[in-house]
Amino acid sequence: MTAQTALVDKAPQFAHARPVRDTASGARRLKYLLVVLAFLLPSAIPLVLFVLGPMIAAAWVSLNQWNLLAPMKFVGIDNYVKLLRDPQTGAVFLHTVYYIAGYLPLVYVGGLLLALALNSALKGRSLLRGVYFLPVITSWIVVALVWRWLLSPSNGIVNTVLAWSGIHGPGWWTDPSWSMPSIILASAWKDLGFVMVILLAGLQAIPTDLYDAAKVDGANAWKRFFSVTLPLLSPSTFFVIVISLVNGFQVFDQIYAMTGGGPNGSSESVVAEIYDLTFRYGRAGDASALSWMLFIVILAVTLIQIRGQKRWVTYG
Amino acid sequence: MADAALPVTRRASRAPKPRKFHTPAARRRRTLSIVLHVAIIAGALAMFFPFLWTVITSITPGANLTNTPALIPANPSLGAYATLFSQLPFGQVVVNSLMLAAITTVVQLFTSSTAAYAFSRLPFRGQNVVFGIYLATMMIPLQVLIVPLFVELKTFSLLDTYLGALLPTFASAFGIFLLRQAINQVPRELDEAATLDGAGHFRIFGQVILPNIRPALATLVVFAFMGSWNSFLWPLIVLRSPELQTLPIALAGLQGQYISQWDVIMAGSVVSILPMLALYVFAQKYVIQGVASSGIK
Repeated sequence: MTAQTALVDKAPQFAHARPVRDTASGARRLKYLLVVLAFLLPSAIPLVLFVLGPMIAAAWVSLNQWNLLAPMKFVGIDNYVKLLRDPQTGAVFLHTVYYIAGYLPLVYVGGLLLALALNSALKGRSLLRGVYFLPVITSWIVVALVWRWLLSPSNGIVNTVLAWSGIHGPGWWTDPSWSMPSIILASAWKDLGFVMVILLAGLQAIPTDLYDAAKVDGANAWKRFFSVTLPLLSPSTFFVIVISLVNGFQVFDQIYAMTGGGPNGSSESVVAEIYDLTFRYGRAGDASALSWMLFIVILAVTLIQIRGQKRWVTYG
Repeated sequence: MADAALPVTRRASRAPKPRKFHTPAARRRRTLSIVLHVAIIAGALAMFFPFLWTVITSITPGANLTNTPALIPANPSLGAYATLFSQLPFGQVVVNSLMLAAITTVVQLFTSSTAAYAFSRLPFRGQNVVFGIYLATMMIPLQVLIVPLFVELKTFSLLDTYLGALLPTFASAFGIFLLRQAINQVPRELDEAATLDGAGHFRIFGQVILPNIRPALATLVVFAFMGSWNSFLWPLIVLRSPELQTLPIALAGLQGQYISQWDVIMAGSVVSILPMLALYVFAQKYVIQGVASSGIK
């Protein structure tokens, strides 16, 4: 215990610990340190070797010209400059932002409506919740293949049904202007249940007496929704937005399987471009530079959100 | 719909019983409740339809570019499944995926629970910084790591091996975060009682903490298994030999090989959904709890 307290750097967190005694021996301290290492190393080793190490290595690779085979050639920040000048970089970021802009409102509003409905006294609630959650556990590849089939332009069920009502359905993933909407649709279908469960947990954490108090004050249902539900749900909303943006900027699997980034590169996302640069064009240096640019964008977007949360997120 | 959902039904249940459906207001509430039920069930059917359609397509022989399968197939057959398992190493692929998922799950349970114990119960200098670094790794996109990881594994000749596919999945910041939350909720009095009995940290961990965080461990089992079962990008890069491939990669490959033979592709999809579905049916509670608790704080 004494050795433990001696190693502490922040007092309040460990207020329960006993005060330091002068008899704390070096041997006991060492033994405690070994215990800490024994518990930490199993996770620290893989994290350092396979996440932090490669991360730093990627920064180095991004400063070189390299095709994965020949020796690296140091080029400084040339890769970054080249990428920033290349219109393709802007295009893939634009596609990614397009994806997020379509996907996020769809899953948030859909997930919120579902959560509100399932939060009320509804028969078979857990079964319904289970059905809505089902796509979440399905792999992206399956989702992509199934949606490719549903949205097949010639004989997919969606266009078949549209044809019954006299509408000539679009080419979906075969049409450059519909490829991204197709991917957004499939992605929203997959993630709706996830967002619903997060928001449902948030709704259930709102104390009911707040609604009663609002009712006494004469607030109607709309007013209660906007002045009680939404503000108190803001931590969950914040979480959904942060996670959706982090994942949205990394969109890849569904694009790879649904459109391969096409047609005509119309659905090529940043990560799909990183993959292509590395494994199709052997431009590992450029790929690493683009990876770091993406990482910095994700980090910046996340930090801005954490900074901005004070303005609208209410922690009860 | 939003405002109707919450307060209205709550009020309806509180209304005096005998007059429940006779006042105009109560009747309106009842109508709203019916509308709500119909909407949410229709929504659930719509959400479920793609799965149903997958199964229907897989048993419709020759579902291809020129015909749309009927809702009730005229000549249902399991031919597509036979094709899948006889003409491709699909059985092997399923075994590969199961094996990788099982190993990933067991290793992650170990690495996550030990780390979580250290962060919850073993105060040390710089603990918060180390924990912060751990959490930050959650935000690093795998794609940033692709090139160096690829080279690293190439250096150690681990490309195209199971170990190469497994190593980067061995530690999960999400798992550590999840279990740390759970361990924080185990009363410290239990540790202290065990200490008085002469137990060291290893015994406290094994005999006090682990038994008390079983629900969180179950959640992690599902997430680790799901993560591995569904993972795509990394296995795609590492595992090149057909006999080493995992389900998602084989499925993506099917698409190229059986262009527009939708019955075969959908049969492959069904095979890949089933094990996850079985796990989900048994552990639904823990999955939903896990997701829900990750969002609250």
